[in-house]
Amino acid sequence: MQEELIRRAKELLGDGTVVRVMGWRKGDLSFNPEPALFETEESLAEFVYDGFCGANLSKYMIKLSKLEGKTLVFLKPCDTYSFNQLVKEHRVDREKAYIIGVGCDGSLDVDAMKEKGAKGIQEITEDGDTVTVRAIYGDKTFDREDVILERCRACKGGAHMVYDELASNADEEKPARDGRFSLVEKIEVMDPKERFAFWQNELSRCIRCNACRNVCPACSCIKCVFDNDRYDTAQKANADTFEEQMFHIIRAFHVAGRCTDCGECSRVCPEHIPLHLLNRKFIKDINTFYGDYQAGADTDSRAPLTNFTTEDVEPSIVQERG
Amino acid sequence: MSIEAKNENKEFKPLIVAFCCNWCSYAGADLAGSSRLAYPADVKIIRVPCSCRVNPLFILRAFQKGADGVILCGCHPGDCHYSTGNYYARRRMTLLFSMLDYLGVENGRTRVEWVSAAEGVKFSQTMNEFVEKIYSLGENVRLEDLRCKKN
Ligand code: SF4
Ligand code: SF4
Ligand code: SF4
Ligand code: FES
Repeated sequence: MQEELIRRAKELLGDGTVVRVMGWRKGDLSFNPEPALFETEESLAEFVYDGFCGANLSKYMIKLSKLEGKTLVFLKPCDTYSFNQLVKEHRVDREKAYIIGVGCDGSLDVDAMKEKGAKGIQEITEDGDTVTVRAIYGDKTFDREDVILERCRACKGGAHMVYDELASNADEEKPARDGRFSLVEKIEVMDPKERFAFWQNELSRCIRCNACRNVCPACSCIKCVFDNDRYDTAQKANADTFEEQMFHIIRAFHVAGRCTDCGECSRVCPEHIPLHLLNRKFIKDINTFYGDYQAGADTDSRAPLTNFTTEDVEPSIVQERG
Repeated sequence: MSIEAKNENKEFKPLIVAFCCNWCSYAGADLAGSSRLAYPADVKIIRVPCSCRVNPLFILRAFQKGADGVILCGCHPGDCHYSTGNYYARRRMTLLFSMLDYLGVENGRTRVEWVSAAEGVKFSQTMNEFVEKIYSLGENVRLEDLRCKKN
């Protein structure tokens, strides 16, 4: 697959369709490729596409679409929702992107492998549904299904919402998975004290690294409420205790109705905080109260929070539901 | 006597914040006052130019600062001085209250009521009911401790 993508990237660079390529580059280990920009055909030797290319490249297009000429960008099915949402918010220019939709069998989660006992991982290889880990303290083999990212368990399906061409492994018919709200429902039925304790347990681990905010395609505000401009340590110092204590809730509310559930925030959180449980609560409520809505499925519908009908439910619905 | 026992004996005095739209419920509160209708002193009114001026962060901040209940009063749907402000507020508050409930600030502690300038009676009734509800729920969780694990 990787070879096909490199070949196609070289062709498009060669014939001048695009002037740069946004993709993933080999990391220092076999399981940590990173987003990278390629500007020459030679540099594409470093290009990778494998199960560890979970990183969503659409946010990079904000900057790249301000440059001269087109950028080739590779998007997995879920990434295309984020791209669309950014187009809708006038953050990226559709005309500046040449999109190749790549297929995806579920992104791998190295932390899941560690949790399942792989210690001192040296190399990971994939072969269809089998993932083999070579590790200092014993090799392991996993079913792909057991070591994919949380977000892939709630995959929105194989269809790309936007693309210029599709790679040969794209599977537009691959069905969506359900069960996206099952954990949210579990929390909903707890009693309020339990819920508070649950969230204290999760959110107290946060080290305020801001990774979730920085990776989020919906968090593209030029001036973010969490940036403290009083000091040179912007992005690190807290503006005040309110901002510090309410960080996750404020951010979740800011992206409500715009969050595509791309799962990047939970993927990058070094503390494994289930941020998707906050986002999905909003998504679930929006679906229930205002009708099913998927952010990024199109570029022209109005977002639920910038819209209303005179018949909307009253906030007391929250009580009535119990 | 241990500190906890002392706290238990302390009488619960709720802190209740009411955001009131200038054009309707704030005037409604005035009318309640001039008609000599009583409502409990636990309610602290904050005047806003429109219900939709209430950024969800205001509500979060009220709870973070220790509020036991927060109520938002605005013009009746269709009567907003700025035509549609309260329709947007209605959606925001619905989602926010549901999220607060999800975090452990139970839903009885948040409320939206539409009260016009002529509804002094409704204003005082609403406040009396809401305060009673908060007394029955007792002390709120401390939202400022959302990121502090107890044990
Ligand atoms: S909040 Fe998380 S899931 Fe939602 S768009 Fe941002 S990174 Fe993606
Ligand atoms: S946290 Fe809020 S202000 Fe900051 S980038 Fe995200 S949406 Fe914008
Ligand atoms: S990525 Fe995780 S640890 Fe970092 S700020 Fe976000 S929630 Fe906190
Ligand atoms: S002016 Fe009263 S709610 Fe908008």
